[in-house]
Amino acid sequence: MSKTLRIKNLHVCVEGKPILNGVNLTINRGETHALMGPNGSGKSTLGNAVMGHPSYEVTDGTIELVDADGTVTNVLEMDASERARAGLFMAFQRPMAIPGVKLADFMRHATSNVRNPDRKEGEGLIPMREFRKELKDKMGHLRMDLDFARRYVNDGFSGGEMKRAEILQMAMLKPKFAILDETDSGLDVDAVKLASESIAEISADAAADGAMGVLIITHHDKLLERNTPDFTHVILGGRIVETGGVELAKELHNDGYDRIRAAYPEAAKLNSEMAEEDAVTV
Amino acid sequence: MTATLPADMQATRFDAAGFEALLAARPGEPAWLTERRRRSWEAFEAAPWPSNKDEEWMRTDIRLFKLDKFGPSLGAAESIVGEQPLLSNGVELGGRVEALNGVATLSELDEDLAAQGVVFGGLGEAVTCHSEKLEKAFAREVVSPTYDRFAMLNDACWTGGVVLHVPKGVRIEKPLHAIARMAGAGASDFGKTIIVLEEGAEATLLMETASTDAESAGLHNGTIEIVVGRNAKLRYVNLQNWNNRTWHFAHQKAVVGREGQLQWTIGALGARLAKVNQRVALTGADAEAQVNGAMFTQGKQHLCYNTHQHHEAPYCRSDLLYKNALQDHSRTVWRGMIQVDEAGQRTDAYQRNDNLMLAATARADSIPGLEIEADDVRCTHGSTSGRVDDTMIFYAMSRGYTRQEAVRMIVAGFFQQVFDRITIDSVREALGEAIGQRVQDLPNQ
Ligand SMILES: Nc1ncnc2c1ncn2[C@@H]1O[C@H](COP(=O)(O)OP(=O)(O)O)[C@@H](O)[C@H]1O
Ligand SMILES: [Mg+2]
Repeated sequence: MSKTLRIKNLHVCVEGKPILNGVNLTINRGETHALMGPNGSGKSTLGNAVMGHPSYEVTDGTIELVDADGTVTNVLEMDASERARAGLFMAFQRPMAIPGVKLADFMRHATSNVRNPDRKEGEGLIPMREFRKELKDKMGHLRMDLDFARRYVNDGFSGGEMKRAEILQMAMLKPKFAILDETDSGLDVDAVKLASESIAEISADAAADGAMGVLIITHHDKLLERNTPDFTHVILGGRIVETGGVELAKELHNDGYDRIRAAYPEAAKLNSEMAEEDAVTV
Repeated sequence: MTATLPADMQATRFDAAGFEALLAARPGEPAWLTERRRRSWEAFEAAPWPSNKDEEWMRTDIRLFKLDKFGPSLGAAESIVGEQPLLSNGVELGGRVEALNGVATLSELDEDLAAQGVVFGGLGEAVTCHSEKLEKAFAREVVSPTYDRFAMLNDACWTGGVVLHVPKGVRIEKPLHAIARMAGAGASDFGKTIIVLEEGAEATLLMETASTDAESAGLHNGTIEIVVGRNAKLRYVNLQNWNNRTWHFAHQKAVVGREGQLQWTIGALGARLAKVNQRVALTGADAEAQVNGAMFTQGKQHLCYNTHQHHEAPYCRSDLLYKNALQDHSRTVWRGMIQVDEAGQRTDAYQRNDNLMLAATARADSIPGLEIEADDVRCTHGSTSGRVDDTMIFYAMSRGYTRQEAVRMIVAGFFQQVFDRITIDSVREALGEAIGQRVQDLPNQ
């Protein structure tokens, strides 16, 4: 059973352009990590690379899952589907819509696959009754209407609805490691509070063999209220420049990134160059 | 499974001798019909095949089509055990017709429907016992028998197809079903289908086609004529599911009268080459037509659909949605026309065609058109073509879907938007399943 997600010296390019320049990050099951950093610093890129998005090319470094007995699994050799079945999950900053596919059907297949990683297509779907019962229960916790599951995946969802649907999927899939990418954006104050509670709950009882390892990407401290980070990492210019505890998250939320930029001028320069290019292409 | 054709059928062709043999094999037909057949045969003999100079045929090449490889249906076919129909699965039917190579092999109708005056059965058999009713229906020429050489040949040589006549005010709850099968190389299915719903009548008719094996090249040359009377309601489904070596030519037209409603769903999965004209004319005020099309093509299939929504009266609504998914080297052509006459004030007309390209080697032509002579109308059209979105595939994979499963699901979702409009469960399920089976491995694009 995987105990640790270990990222070493990770370099990632998008469309040939280097975005991550040597990220090191180790997340153990049961730990909560916060990842903060200005726009364009590479937060989503890190998540997408861990999840196996084909547009994010890993040019150097490793991503590994380490078992309690020390067995190492090379995540980079797996496609996104295999990663999901190995227990990795990402709640996307901008989830994709799949028109014509009902959220409930989507989740029933997803859940069947992840819970039974060797499942062949067309075999052994979770029985409808069992699935519905569990879904209803989870949706109740998230104060979502059951009708919601009959809508097409993210099709015409509001920002807040998308984020809640991502949390719902996390609750159903019970991952070992979860990356939550700005799951608080688009949610109102009450919804963020509920999300924060839900994440803590899901994290605690996710898998039978122990709590989740969580990486929360955020600009705020609300989501962290119920998920006190054991570690806070600051990413700038595609590199983690500082790691601290919960107080670092509070500082960044209150004061912004000026101190960080001043302390790491080279990374700050790289970050603004990336952001500038961004502005041109947008 | 294969069926051997009678020796005379294999020898007979669509020539003068073949035509006489066909007439001789139908001694009981009324004189008006025999005369009509002769007129159409003469017209056929004098007419040229459509050429690629005709706009309708510009994108559809029939130079490889050789009529002399096929023969007319002359006698009673031996009944064979064919594939189970797709559309009637789990449906309690009010009546059913089965045909093989254009000859009815089975015809059933609930007694209480027959008692109410409903006529449903193979047209070839019905013309003898319902001659008067049918003479009138033929005379309406909903599809012109001289439209082109295929229409002429159909009018001269048809043997199959069904008739459904629902008298005034009769509402048929249970769906009716018809399947036309073809067996054997060189076989043909020349169907003429006539559907008439009198004022206030209601019915659901599910029709499908099937080849009994995957290899035999057959020829379908058919016409469908539909009259939906005042305030009548017809739900009509037409699933073309021949094998991929069959030639399919068809002229189809529905006329919808005042306050009449038509829901017409077309599924097109089979045929080597299909050229179909599907027309709807709204001839009475407040008439409504919804047209749904789902196509899935593979290999080197070529399917060409010309659709026409004709608004001849005011306050009518027409709404057409065709969705096509294309694999391999297949090609689809959709030419859609909304025509609004001067009388068609307050028309609300819509047409849309979406193409999902599952291979870079497939090709979809989508040509919407408007011809509007009224000034107070709302006519809109749209078309899209695109591949399966890579980020959608990734999203599903990140939730544990295999790539293959993800693509299958996304394709199903693409069609769901047209299935959502179909109000008959068995049809949605059958189409969904048939399409799902066809989604093959997609190379990483
Ligand atoms: N799919 C993509 N295509 C092109 N550029 C991208 C893509 N994803 C990220 N980038 C680029 O990588 C840089 C970091 O982006 P991202 O990881 O999304 O930043 P953050 O999440 O920290 O705001 C930006 O310059 C952005 O433009
Ligand atoms: Mg981001």
